[in-house]
Amino acid sequence: MSTLGAITQLLEIVCALLAAPAFLGWVNQCRAWLQNKRAPSVLQPYYGLRKLFHKDVVLAENASSLFRLAPYIVFGTMVAAAAIIPSMGTGLPLSMAADGIALVGLLATARVFLSLAAMDVGTAFGTLGARREMMVGFLAEPALLMVLFVAAMISKTTSLPLIAEGLTTRALGLYPSLAFTAVAFTMVLLAENARIPVDNPATHLELTMIHEAMLLEYSGRHLAMMEWAAALKLFNYACIGFALFIPWGTSTEASGPQGLLLAVPVLFAKLAVAGGGLALIETLSAKLRVFRAPEFLATAFLLAVLGLLVHLLLGD
Amino acid sequence: MSPLSFDLQLLNACAALLLLLSFSMLSQRRIVNLVNLLALQGALLCAATLLVAWRTGQGHLYLSAALTLALKVIGLPLLLHRLIRRLNVYWDAEPVINTSGTMLIGLLVVVFSFGLAQPISALASTATRSTLGIAIAVILLSFLTMITRRKAMSQVVAFLSMENGLFFGAMSATYGMPMVVELGVALDVLVAMLVLGVFFFQIREQFDSLDLHHLESLKEGE
Repeated sequence: MSTLGAITQLLEIVCALLAAPAFLGWVNQCRAWLQNKRAPSVLQPYYGLRKLFHKDVVLAENASSLFRLAPYIVFGTMVAAAAIIPSMGTGLPLSMAADGIALVGLLATARVFLSLAAMDVGTAFGTLGARREMMVGFLAEPALLMVLFVAAMISKTTSLPLIAEGLTTRALGLYPSLAFTAVAFTMVLLAENARIPVDNPATHLELTMIHEAMLLEYSGRHLAMMEWAAALKLFNYACIGFALFIPWGTSTEASGPQGLLLAVPVLFAKLAVAGGGLALIETLSAKLRVFRAPEFLATAFLLAVLGLLVHLLLGD
Repeated sequence: MSPLSFDLQLLNACAALLLLLSFSMLSQRRIVNLVNLLALQGALLCAATLLVAWRTGQGHLYLSAALTLALKVIGLPLLLHRLIRRLNVYWDAEPVINTSGTMLIGLLVVVFSFGLAQPISALASTATRSTLGIAIAVILLSFLTMITRRKAMSQVVAFLSMENGLFFGAMSATYGMPMVVELGVALDVLVAMLVLGVFFFQIREQFDSLDLHHLESLKEGE
């Protein structure tokens, strides 16, 4: 562990915390542009968070302590996840503690607490949202694991920084298995972050919502934490995608401080492009009926497994 | 780390896409899209044949690529589209097993065929041997498509896709079949298509539908 590693680690966490709402704002802005609407500012999510932090918390009468604790747990797991994803550099001291599989576990912990909190108050909407979230989750998680396994088999390690490093150093070529898993990963990203084919992030109080239904009972700083955590989750997923499929530009131990300096603008450029792409996908696709979501995720799983099989057969 | 030359990588990518197309055919319920997928499969097959021909310098493979282009990319899909319009069948009925279930069975089929191909590829000496598993998978997946469909039309499309798989298998195992065999098979497929086209009309006249389910009952008027 070096000072550079510590600096990278710190910078990554701070950057994830600060940039996540802006990334969400950027996706929303791109989406509004594509739909010929007047776009809100990129900073809009920050205004929303500030407003919510200033408001008082209103708690339901029968809310237990779990309900009050959940926002902090969800937020904490998202920050922990951000710490082990090599978004800027691969020499992360904290990432020794957890590999890709543990990362999926962290994300699952957040999901479990979110769902438990949603059911805690006992309203119909919360329970409905929690059930749907679990339905999406139990299908998305194996697909995400499969995606990680393919990358892990290619690089022969499950540690995310080593996977990213292995990909940057190997020769450029066509990898059908990686192409399959990249598509699968995009589908998982859309489903897990409540984006359009599975859930609509812009709706409130509709029978089709999933994520928003779970947050209905939250208010004030709790809601702010939850929304910030959701933005962080999207940011994290984007960074996992970068680490697995386009890790070029991240700094390594060898590239030194200059590498880190270069890695920051590269990360933002990648995020800008990814945000635009995400907005494009969301604009072009229609929302699926809730009962079609399993089919969508089964396709993601299928693609990931096909990637694995193709990798085993062709040995690329 | 990647020791493969670029043209082999391209061939592998073609093979992987063929496998993906087989899966999309397995899940596709609109017959028009099914025919388009078949044409796309033919185009990929043609590209793969050209690649192998260029790499190995086998003259007859160029000819079979041209044959693939003429027959499987242009000829048969056009014929099928005309049949669809004239018979007015655009959708297949609900498949025998639901889509997700079929997909999972398809995955098992792929695992099985990869296992089957491994010892054969180990013995083969062609540069394209690693794609043999995919060829077998395409054949078996088309077979699965035929089994799970009810309408005669989609079964015929699956049958043609099976022929594509066989062709690809022959190419990856032995750089293609002899020209005589290839011409014979092409003619067979064409004739089979024409005969089946006549069959479609007969079936529809008898049962007022192309659902092969009706053929299972032995007595008339049930």
